Amino acid sequence: MRNWVIGVAAPVLLLVAWWFLSADSTDPFFPPLQTILVRFQELWLFEHFQSDVLLSLGNLFLGFVIAAAAGIALGFITALVAPVRWMLDPLIHFLRGIPPVALVPIFISLIGFGTQMRVTSIALAALFPTMIATVDGIRSVSNDLLDVSRVYRLTRKERVLKVLLPAATPQIFSGLQVSLQVAFIVMIASEMLGSSQGIGAMTLLAQQSFMTADMWAGILLLGVIGFLVNILFSLLRRRVLSWYIGSRRLARAS
Amino acid sequence: MSNRPAPTLPTRNRKSTMAQQPETRVSAATPRLDVAHLAKTYGSGGKARTVIEDLTFTVDAGEVVCIVGPSGVGKTTLLKCLAGLQPATSGRAAIDGRTISGPPPEMALVFQDYNRSLMPWLTVRKNLVLPLRHLKLSAAELKERCDSALAAVGLSHADNQYPWQLSGGMQQRVAIARALAYRPEILIMDEPFASVDAQTRFDLEDLCLKIRRDFNMTILVVTHDIDEAVYLADRVVVLGSRPARVLKVVDVDLPAPRDQITTRSLPEFARQRTEVLSLIKRPA
Repeated sequence: MRNWVIGVAAPVLLLVAWWFLSADSTDPFFPPLQTILVRFQELWLFEHFQSDVLLSLGNLFLGFVIAAAAGIALGFITALVAPVRWMLDPLIHFLRGIPPVALVPIFISLIGFGTQMRVTSIALAALFPTMIATVDGIRSVSNDLLDVSRVYRLTRKERVLKVLLPAATPQIFSGLQVSLQVAFIVMIASEMLGSSQGIGAMTLLAQQSFMTADMWAGILLLGVIGFLVNILFSLLRRRVLSWYIGSRRLARAS
Repeated sequence: MSNRPAPTLPTRNRKSTMAQQPETRVSAATPRLDVAHLAKTYGSGGKARTVIEDLTFTVDAGEVVCIVGPSGVGKTTLLKCLAGLQPATSGRAAIDGRTISGPPPEMALVFQDYNRSLMPWLTVRKNLVLPLRHLKLSAAELKERCDSALAAVGLSHADNQYPWQLSGGMQQRVAIARALAYRPEILIMDEPFASVDAQTRFDLEDLCLKIRRDFNMTILVVTHDIDEAVYLADRVVVLGSRPARVLKVVDVDLPAPRDQITTRSLPEFARQRTEVLSLIKRPA
């Protein structure tokens, strides 16, 4: 309870400090927070909400969902089909060593100007973390559970959907979390590079035309969106993995 | 000593009447479970490691047979061969004369590590249901099987809990209930009571005997506890170590029904126990 209060109070205090410390600012790069918030409201809440905010969020959501579905499916195929595993294993070991964000330049260079191309690059970049985590998750399923599945003669479908998938879910979710971050980065980058629409494009445009308050407003919006998306994700995780979270908490307590 | 007169019939004679099956089934030429010259070697060439050298024993229908031996003797490997999880290197294991080449449909296995053999994402009841799904039972039968299995292990109240919310002994009872709901004809248990406290252990041993009585199962238990083996078994297969081989098959002629207090205080119990113990202690 006390942690929760501190968690809310700290950012609020920070905002208050920012508000007062920047109130008389004449520095063109650090306008008063009040000015930023006014521009925030004018820019994002009404005028550009539909044309830019929803567009960005739509791309992010679509790209992430495609990446998640394809990543999990490809992870299963890689882990379960031996020839595919032999083919992809070296590649996966190579990719595992590279931070996912380091792949972003590749996908940015692929970005064209259409929405389709942007969604494609978001999906492609975000696919690998989930795929690798899925492969790792399936490989780390304990032999005991596999033996149980065989002794009780579960069908192949049951083994995949009722044993391997849930057993690998904790690791799949770690992968999805990284994928979400990568998708977010690529979304913004794609708009900054090849587009005239979207939050990223608006923010970069503001910076290039010395509308510093607008730039700050854009960055603030991105922060708020990132924060909310993460909350949504952890709510989903808490729901799907309640058994895992509960068992871990109990194991730690004992 | 208890007030009731101790039954004089030895268990092995009593078994055939209790099994309610034709006498021929029990004394038939093909035993229920037949292990003949079974051997298992891992690896090959210079690195080959023989875990089981030459095992031969049989289990008749309705019998409880315990396998005892020093730890690390390859008991778990033996069970994996019997359950069709691993192929034998030579020799064979057979059920009703059919060589085991994959997990047999009439067999269930209770694993040693209950906390790694139950699905932590499923509630107790759903753990029981999972192996039954492919049997395409009616909803009523599915419910009846789970209800009666949970009642048999005394866990009717816990069916909506998750395994990790239960104590170790209760988790092992869930694993046993899962096997019971599967309605196997042959139940194999790998050190099923190794990691529970003494009181729970007694309860689970009696549960094992009750299952045999109520469900007419053939039960094979691997254990390193000699008292437990003598208490549970109609016959005890004593293994010698590294590589595993049968030292002796000891017939246990203790009266039934067995009871933790009276049976364990019988002079005959002490004698059988000493016989098994001296076999194991004897330098090979």
